[in-house]
Amino acid sequence: MFDFSAQLKQRFAALQSSAQFFSLRYVKQTSQHLSVRKNVPEPPQLSIDEGAMLTVRINGVEAYAATNDISQRGLQAALEQAEIQARQLAPHSLLDLREHVVATSRADYLSPNLSNAFPSLGECYALLGSESASVPRDERLVNWQVSLGLENVEQIYLNSAGAEIRQAQRFVFPGLSVTAYDGQDSQTRSLGRENFGQQGSAEVIASCGIIGAAANVADQALQLIMAPNTPTGPRDLLLTPDQMTLQIHESIGHPLELDRILGDERNYAGTSFVKTSDFGSLQYGSKLLNVTFDPEIPEQLASYGYDDDGTQASKQFLIRDGVLERPLGGALSQYRSGMEGVANSRASSWNRAPIDRMANLNIEPGDQTMQQLIGGIEHGILMSTNRSWSIDDARNKFQFGCEWGQLIENGELKGVVKNPNYRAISAQFWRNLSAVGDASTFKVLGTPNCGKGEPNQVIRVGHASPACVFANVDVFGGDA
Amino acid sequence: MSHQTQFTALVDWLQGAIGRQERFTLSYNAEASDFIRFNHGKVRQAGHVQQASVYFKLIEDARHADLNLTLSGDEAVDRQRLGEALHQLRETLTLLPVDPYLLLNDEAWQSSNVLDVPLPDSAHVVEQIAQLSEGLDLVGIYAAGPIYRGFASSNGARGWHQANSFNFDWSLFHQNGQAVKANYAGHEWNDEVFSKRFALAREQLAFLGQPSHTLAPGQYRAYLAPAALEEVLGMLCWGGFSAQSLADKTSPLQRLYDGQASLNPLVSLDEQVSGSLSPAFSSEGYPRSDLSLVVAGAAKDRLIDSRSAAEYDLTANGAGWGESPSALNMHGGSLALDDVLKELGTGLYISNLWYLNFSDRAAGRITGMTRFATFWVEDGKIEAPVSTMRFDDSIFSLLGGALEQLTTERELILSASTYSQRQTASNLLPGALLSRLTLTL
Repeated sequence: MFDFSAQLKQRFAALQSSAQFFSLRYVKQTSQHLSVRKNVPEPPQLSIDEGAMLTVRINGVEAYAATNDISQRGLQAALEQAEIQARQLAPHSLLDLREHVVATSRADYLSPNLSNAFPSLGECYALLGSESASVPRDERLVNWQVSLGLENVEQIYLNSAGAEIRQAQRFVFPGLSVTAYDGQDSQTRSLGRENFGQQGSAEVIASCGIIGAAANVADQALQLIMAPNTPTGPRDLLLTPDQMTLQIHESIGHPLELDRILGDERNYAGTSFVKTSDFGSLQYGSKLLNVTFDPEIPEQLASYGYDDDGTQASKQFLIRDGVLERPLGGALSQYRSGMEGVANSRASSWNRAPIDRMANLNIEPGDQTMQQLIGGIEHGILMSTNRSWSIDDARNKFQFGCEWGQLIENGELKGVVKNPNYRAISAQFWRNLSAVGDASTFKVLGTPNCGKGEPNQVIRVGHASPACVFANVDVFGGDA
Repeated sequence: MSHQTQFTALVDWLQGAIGRQERFTLSYNAEASDFIRFNHGKVRQAGHVQQASVYFKLIEDARHADLNLTLSGDEAVDRQRLGEALHQLRETLTLLPVDPYLLLNDEAWQSSNVLDVPLPDSAHVVEQIAQLSEGLDLVGIYAAGPIYRGFASSNGARGWHQANSFNFDWSLFHQNGQAVKANYAGHEWNDEVFSKRFALAREQLAFLGQPSHTLAPGQYRAYLAPAALEEVLGMLCWGGFSAQSLADKTSPLQRLYDGQASLNPLVSLDEQVSGSLSPAFSSEGYPRSDLSLVVAGAAKDRLIDSRSAAEYDLTANGAGWGESPSALNMHGGSLALDDVLKELGTGLYISNLWYLNFSDRAAGRITGMTRFATFWVEDGKIEAPVSTMRFDDSIFSLLGGALEQLTTERELILSASTYSQRQTASNLLPGALLSRLTLTL
């Protein structure tokens, strides 16, 4: 671990620069993606990626250069490239960062159980093969796949103010999906995949629940193919955590990103229906809504000690009792806006600069068991596992779809329905939050695929949530 | 040392390092890019990214494994890294069973394409953007520099693709929050051409100052400009033409390819690699063919990578990752661009769509949002911008019964995507006049 640390520090110390401030962020990521599809192991996809980003500040103007050449000469060349760009573009710079305080911390952060050996490649394939073989023989089951992703990331941040932050993390992404087809319609049921990932070791595979799950997932795919379409009309909507993840992400997370509110993303990821003046007063949701930025749940995907600009991370309420308190803005956005934020300045790798990202964005548990949540619904529907997401560029009008739907009538779960979709408007939807599940319904989930930024970046984000009920939502099914 | 020379040196070394029973494929990706972000007409963030990597597949006795490896650009360091990668892959192969779907291209094909027209200095471009956007709220990104793609196999196949290119993707915002989107991309930057593009965007911005028109959900006549149609066709690229998705019954065009449904006879779609900006070879070592995906509304070719070819007994045609098109070419129609508003009559002129996804994938039903410069048109005249609306409709309606006409003139849209690296995909598309588009929210 941190094998390159001493050498990197030497090279950083030897860099020559006339900049008032400069920093280096080195990232090495090794990854392994394994998959067994219809009982046939697919070839392993391995990756070793390594590079560094040098950032300079000259007369309040910052520029960066990222390089795959981490030799002394390569780092020096990148530093000089950044210096040239900072000077050339200074007359047109939007920001004057002369007064922007820089990081000075020195610390290490490690994922939980990082010292525990992860199962070997052979053991992983055996596990995936066993699960794949558990899918029952049925000619309607036309495809199934069991997968396991593993990413080890080491990052070292150094700057000319003396900061030295080292973080070593391991991310695990198990997944399972089964597709059923009846000659006309196809339905896929899944577990994990884009809706799950955690930091840690082998225990994450068990935590995802894929071990021994294949037969049940296959059975649910078959149930869906035989199920009627979701009926159209308003109903109370019970979302399980594997859909709450997406709901939080799209209609709380993105609208609260401060760089969007400041306009940086208007050409690509979009803007926000939230204004800077809304913080401290906007009733974002019902009084049951409590949302936190929480980097302190060790296994959650985006738990870390410091963000990629070197700001120490800590748990903060963004929405308390339904009232909007704080945006998702890192040190730079806080400097620009004069608002308090969180440590969420993050980059997808060494070749992309940090911007405001979601990290762990969670809903705090309430006080109702799943039985109580269902029991409190007279005319409703339960939806699980996201499969479709679409929302406007201000993150307001949305339409989301799930894999699994189950009607609720008079406080009882009833029949399965397929193609469950719902649509609403963020600014109103959260105010219809009518019940929040307790800790027994709370799950720590996340996704490896959040896209944003110019140049584009995909990053891991964590979402933990209880099951939640929303009153009077427009739901509908598909055409098939 | 040039990128091509570096790559060739690594290939030569690897050729000598592998054992008699071993084979390899090696694909190369590199770029040196300036990325300059703008907000409020000023430079928000500027940087330069230099990166290079190889995607290394080692094969022995029908077993194979892949390793993507970042290179440093230093010959000795990269040779050492490749040697370590070879060692790791050899160890990995001992843990793997024979892959029944391994299909290698044994042909020693040769391909080379180099477009190295010099690009202007980025500082010059920024200066021009700053001058033109004086007093305007401009936001966007300028990405520019050389892109390199290479391929080599132990059987002697060699491919090289190198091009300097730029892509300035930007929006002009009105103070009321409405915006017009524009793009200038290619291989040769021309100050005059860029000024004209900018002036056009500025003209459109003036229309956005009027009070917006609010629409109720319902069905409306609509014109989808090429950039909006690109978003619709982009959904079809999510497995629509993929041999594996079609075999797994998860393609949104399943019913089209199964002969249960058809598109409008006006619809013909090609994967037109020749003459496009994409490399003429796939990363797994197959020359890429031009394909007729849809002909007069009926399905024809599908995109087939080597794995699908082996599994489903098909012939590989150079499809890349995910078997998605990268040079989609839609045939034009007979509607003159100047007649679009007249033929639309009363309805929506939609410049861009955004964030599309499936409402019902098996049925080809999609949803998404209007974004940027959507106008309400009455009797052939633009009346007012329209506030953001959601649509939810079927591909088999939008490109089927509801499709009235396609424009004669087509627009070449170069991908502005920069996930991991700058992309080379492009689409050549007309605009589409629809008799109905279903708005839901």
